[in-house]
Amino acid sequence: MNILVCVKQVPDTTQIKIDPVKHTLIREGVPAILNPFDGYALEAAARIKDKDPATKIVVVTMGPPQASAVLKECVGIAADKGYLVTGRTFGGSDTLATSYILSHAIKKIEETEGKFDAIFCGKQAIDGDTAQVGPEIAEWLDLPQVTYGLECFATEDGLNVNKEIDGGYEVVNVKLPCLVTFTMPSFEPRYPTIKRKLMANKAKFVELGDDFDPTMDAAHYGLNGSPTHVKKSFTPPVKEGGMKIKEETGEESAKKLAGILVDKNIV
Amino acid sequence: MEAKTKDLWVFIETNEDGSPQRVGLELLNPGRMMADKQGGKLVGVVIGNNIADTAKQASIYGADTVICVEGAEYQHYTTDAYVKALYHLITKYAPTTVMIGATNNGRDLGPRLSARLQTGLTADCTSLDIDEETGNVAWTRPAFGGNLMATIMCPDHRPQCGTVRPGVFKRPEAGEDKAEYIKEEFHVAPEEIRTTLVEVVKEAAGELVDLEGAEVIVAGGRGVGGPEGFEPLKELAETLGGVVGASRAAVDAGWIPHAHQVGQTGKTVGPKIYVAAGISGAIQHVAGMSSSKYIIAVNKDEDAAIFNIADYGIVGDLFEVIPALNAEIKKLKA
Repeated sequence: MNILVCVKQVPDTTQIKIDPVKHTLIREGVPAILNPFDGYALEAAARIKDKDPATKIVVVTMGPPQASAVLKECVGIAADKGYLVTGRTFGGSDTLATSYILSHAIKKIEETEGKFDAIFCGKQAIDGDTAQVGPEIAEWLDLPQVTYGLECFATEDGLNVNKEIDGGYEVVNVKLPCLVTFTMPSFEPRYPTIKRKLMANKAKFVELGDDFDPTMDAAHYGLNGSPTHVKKSFTPPVKEGGMKIKEETGEESAKKLAGILVDKNIV
Repeated sequence: MEAKTKDLWVFIETNEDGSPQRVGLELLNPGRMMADKQGGKLVGVVIGNNIADTAKQASIYGADTVICVEGAEYQHYTTDAYVKALYHLITKYAPTTVMIGATNNGRDLGPRLSARLQTGLTADCTSLDIDEETGNVAWTRPAFGGNLMATIMCPDHRPQCGTVRPGVFKRPEAGEDKAEYIKEEFHVAPEEIRTTLVEVVKEAAGELVDLEGAEVIVAGGRGVGGPEGFEPLKELAETLGGVVGASRAAVDAGWIPHAHQVGQTGKTVGPKIYVAAGISGAIQHVAGMSSSKYIIAVNKDEDAAIFNIADYGIVGDLFEVIPALNAEIKKLKA
């Protein structure tokens, strides 16, 4: 099977702190990591390759030149080849514009790598949390989609995707070619091996720059080609006026709180 | 495309039995406020099978018009059928705004639909308004794991679309059934649906938990120490008529199934009462529960971040506090 995995380099949002005075994000010193959900997508591809070693896994990312670090990480884990889509004119793209660029990049990459049977994405990136780019790529490329995948298995005529639902999962069969987005499975994704890490250090990645596809319409990408615009951003308001209860014993504290909750008709 | 009306649409997702997903009815609440400001109608759009009762509920909870599309192919959600049906309706009636509940299906549908319409979508909104200056919808949503809020607008493309988190808004008060009903005959052929449901695998019985619909959630984190540590929480939840939630730490440790998880990688909830026991208050957890009306925190660590957002915080051992709280509430309410 020929699989493309779309990945993104993101700031580790678990390490972002808020400047208590200016109420802005402190981004300095926050490590850039492979979006964890994209890691699950790569793991899903690797599991297909475990069963069918003829499988090829290509990764693509869009971002500044330093984003190639995540391509290297993916090769260390399981990918065979990597492509970096990078261009100044791509900056400021919202999700629809990003998916427009990526869908063209995918067609370009297919000229070299052959048609992809499946495109895997993370459910969402942990910085934007939109979960939009995957389904939007699927629309541009007219592919069937399955979202919230946990794991998937090749079948005779497609893929069976275990799709997360409340209280369990559905098995959904989808015909190839298709696009699947992945959420957190119950198993731990694999780590890079020493051997693969050495390979990754030597890996060269193909760059697709601003003009990789002259047929692209500038009205569809970049800041000006994006239908949505951020009007303002702000840090969420801090809740004030909370009451802290600390009596001699936990039991006394609990009694005091119970009294308040009942008095105020909260319970 | 161009909006031919000033109408605001709320997509009301249905379950397999035709009943509505709660968030669809919740959205009629901000929908009414925004439709009035936009100077258009509030339209509920119901797609599914056996949806007569849901259509009536949309009317009772405030829609001026209810558009229904019914068919066996809509009983179980599929991307292909739902996007086709909604695309057909939207291009026919040309509303100015479309709102969709940010359920798993809503988040599958929204981006696919907005891409087909070549318009903008703002995902997972937690606050909505109409910008006075431009008349555009101001969609506000969390980003960076809840560390930052962004207000987004879609000035030049119509319809402006957004998905909105369940539990953020309260369902409106019920009124009279006085909406105009429009029945649209639109069908999608089986061969146009490119996915097939093979089987549904449910976890062990008793593990289905309706966090999003709960009025009260008693949640435990690392501090509960093990699966048995959830017992006093369950008892308090029973007393208060609520359900048990959990932080990622407790789920990852295997103490409680993922279905109970609240937070960025779990469910977003907005109950009346949220009790956080032994939960430190990591931003990823807070992102999923901060819109709760009353937050009660119990933690041994006086400096735990959860106290910053709690309305009532008890510094103490949860195994002492929670049973005592349960006993005292039972006594006072008796």
